[in-house]
Amino acid sequence: MGPQAATFPQLLARLAAERPGGTALQEKRYGIWQPLSWSRYATRVNDFAHGLAALGIRRGDVVAVLGDNRPEWLITELAAQSLGAAVVGIYPTSIGEELMHVLSLARVRVVVAEDQEQVDKLIRLREEAVGVARDPPLLVNTVVYYDPHGLEQYDEAFLAEFTAVEDRGRAWAGEHPGWLDEQLAAASPDDVALICTTSGTTSRPKLAELSHANLLAMAEHLTEVDPIKPDDRYVSFLPFAWIGEQMLAVACGLSRGLTISFPEDAATQKADLREIGPNVMFSPPRIWESMLSEVQVRIDEAGWLKRAVFSWGYSIGDAMAERRIHGRRAGGIGLLYRVADAVALRPVRDQLGLARIRRCYTGGAPLGPDVFRFFHAIGVNLKQIYGQTEICGIAVLHRDDDIAFNTVGTPIPETDIRIADDGEILLRSASVFRGYHRNPAATAEAVDAEGWLHTGDAGYLDDRGHLVVIDRAKDVLTTADGTPFSSAFIENKLKFSPYVEEAVTFANPDGVMTGLLTLDPMTVGSWAEHERLSYTTYTDLVGKPEVYELIAEEVDRANADLPENIRIRRFTVLHKQLDPDDDEITRTRKVRRSVISNRYGDIIDALRRGAPSVAVHSVISYQDGSEAERRLDLRIFDLSSYSVANGRGRRPVWSGRR
Amino acid sequence: MLTRAYQHTLNSSTVPVGQVLLEIENIELRFGGVVSLQDVGLTVAQGHIHSIIGPNGAGKSSLLNCISGLYRPRSGSITLHTGDGSVTHELTTLAPHRIARLGVARSFQNIELFTNLTVLENLMLGRHVHMRRELLTSMLWLGPARREEIAHRGLVEEVVDLLELQAHRHRPVGSLAYGIQKRVELGRALCLQPALLLLDEPMAGMNTEEKEDMARYVLDVHELAGVTVILIEHDMNVVMDISDRVTVLDFGRLIADGTPDEVKRNPRVIEAYLGAGEH
Repeated sequence: MGPQAATFPQLLARLAAERPGGTALQEKRYGIWQPLSWSRYATRVNDFAHGLAALGIRRGDVVAVLGDNRPEWLITELAAQSLGAAVVGIYPTSIGEELMHVLSLARVRVVVAEDQEQVDKLIRLREEAVGVARDPPLLVNTVVYYDPHGLEQYDEAFLAEFTAVEDRGRAWAGEHPGWLDEQLAAASPDDVALICTTSGTTSRPKLAELSHANLLAMAEHLTEVDPIKPDDRYVSFLPFAWIGEQMLAVACGLSRGLTISFPEDAATQKADLREIGPNVMFSPPRIWESMLSEVQVRIDEAGWLKRAVFSWGYSIGDAMAERRIHGRRAGGIGLLYRVADAVALRPVRDQLGLARIRRCYTGGAPLGPDVFRFFHAIGVNLKQIYGQTEICGIAVLHRDDDIAFNTVGTPIPETDIRIADDGEILLRSASVFRGYHRNPAATAEAVDAEGWLHTGDAGYLDDRGHLVVIDRAKDVLTTADGTPFSSAFIENKLKFSPYVEEAVTFANPDGVMTGLLTLDPMTVGSWAEHERLSYTTYTDLVGKPEVYELIAEEVDRANADLPENIRIRRFTVLHKQLDPDDDEITRTRKVRRSVISNRYGDIIDALRRGAPSVAVHSVISYQDGSEAERRLDLRIFDLSSYSVANGRGRRPVWSGRR
Repeated sequence: MLTRAYQHTLNSSTVPVGQVLLEIENIELRFGGVVSLQDVGLTVAQGHIHSIIGPNGAGKSSLLNCISGLYRPRSGSITLHTGDGSVTHELTTLAPHRIARLGVARSFQNIELFTNLTVLENLMLGRHVHMRRELLTSMLWLGPARREEIAHRGLVEEVVDLLELQAHRHRPVGSLAYGIQKRVELGRALCLQPALLLLDEPMAGMNTEEKEDMARYVLDVHELAGVTVILIEHDMNVVMDISDRVTVLDFGRLIADGTPDEVKRNPRVIEAYLGAGEH
């Protein structure tokens, strides 16, 4: 039986039979890694599947999971799939309308929620839905939770504890012997296994249906390029609602038998990552960017000797990376590199938890070429993945010996790529999704009759056959002289600064480029401390003239790497960070340009006019739903007459200082 | 163990909720000629957060010290109820360590932790009163001593989880931020499995955000662990938000006692606490 013919529950059963005692999942609880063996895992899946059946879930239904990464998440996913149902993952930070949208659209009746916080959200949602006509209606009638703390006093009849549902499942199994085996036998690889919300930078998230066959074909093709060994380790800390996490933890995990580790708590994530030392990792750019920021902050706090050693080691590592990514041998610097690696690079990798990494991936959004280069210089084999939820997250990938920082690589096996006449990237493979849930019109728009997936991204193939993605097709801009360019390209140049967290750039009709920036409070805060600059809040910090000078220098530096006609002329620093709760950015941290353009229209307009400052009335919505308003003046910085003070050299990549 | 529910109860009092847990009657405390407490009497019910407020020098900490046995009042009585509420202990005649064994745990206004020990070690020290192995067995780390320590560690880890101290578990307490040290101190008192928890200004010296965090932990301790709390706090907002009952002291005398709403409306409280004429 080849993997293509199997479903996830069948794969789990096979692993449970082949290595019953091997560790499938481990979670750090009470300070200790607590393992769950493949056979225990399979038993719990069985019990919970029966429990779901007892709750009325049948073939074709959808079960939602709302919570952080825990073994229960995967148990629910596999249990739902065992009886022919699918699972939809919801980002645990989702609130209100967003939550309502997914739950009602997928006709979800059973939600598995993590804890009191999530249960409270669902109780409120149910209360709000009473008596309100809604199409489709909210059908949630059972909420299963797995962290009972604080829920002891809740007497809502629709609440049930996870282990109680497992117990109920065992009883139900006794009354219906053989039922689950029938369901497993009736399963087809083309059943929907997983529903992923699309990131929705443009509109409300759509629900993409992925079948077992889709996901397993993807795992097969990815591991053909980059093999994964059964004893490889993987740390799962990004939301399972994101296709990238499902891709490695579930699809590759079950087809190759990876051991998945769950960190204890968000606060211990870095320490736990370091303890496990994963062999393979897939994270969106923000994780890599924050790792670089962390290195920058810590190197800047180190003594001169450490700085000097790292500086030397980094230059050797950089030269070595240049050879490696083009598939060339180390040659003359091989010995030198070993020394540099031992004294400067390996310790940094170890601090980041990347000491054992064989391959790691970035995807979901473009990563700045300079950040990319940094990781290769310290000896981390970071590769770009290009794909979409609609093609199981991956279609194009860098090969180990053929990496270019400005491309996304070449298609994985059995994947066709074509550039349409209007420049749109089209993809076709066995991993192209079944369609959007209850939305055939959108499906027909996304996949044409010949099976090509229309990505909505603009790009081209370079002379080496690598795909270069410019941007979302509708975001591609042209300069006054007609060359196409991407605002994401400029934004990434800006975001390469350790101090800039997010950047949104605007091309104005008169050809002037302007930018709206937000800052990274950690790096700017540490810089301010170093400069003996006192501040209270983020808003206070970004209003400081010194900070504006700092950022002006950073923007000027980014400009130096940009062609003349797309350099940033004017910028301002926004008084707040972009927040997914304000809809300004998606849960996977992609900027929603339309929201930004609407909400900050005045600021963008003032930037275009070149006003010296702009007044903002900001309405801030808090997590508890309350709102507050205040007025501020944002300074607009004009770079046309700006030049960096004399004698200020360029800072190295790995440091925020000169 | 599949369930994520806690396996240990942190509240060791078996007095039914709502019944009297602690009775203070007419106590008087003097330091030489200075009267610190006079004629103070109050009743703490099981399952309440009972706050004691008052201006500086009103005698709040002195009252707490009387309960925990550090000070001995000249007259009056302090009675702790245990069992089903019918067993009584007169605390004014007991030594502090005996009172601790009855389940009265406290945190101090100034942090009193071992700064060179880790968070975990400090918390394990909170289990000391419950450790039964003799010196030799413990020193040789024999089977029983080892099993005992593992069992205690299980409870300590639940406290770590409740107070979200995971990231700091192995760090020396001295290297931690002030707010976290305060939380560790609360944790150590909890590790005693208290029947009554005395918190002396757990939010002193904190900014609004840290205060809110700490208030949430105190509420968690109260709601999740069911521990009765006597809380001394300066911040009126916090006190009125989280308390079931409030007692107000001024110059060693009790001037009000009631629910937060009653106390807020009491003219003597407004005068003493908020200053006459300002309202």
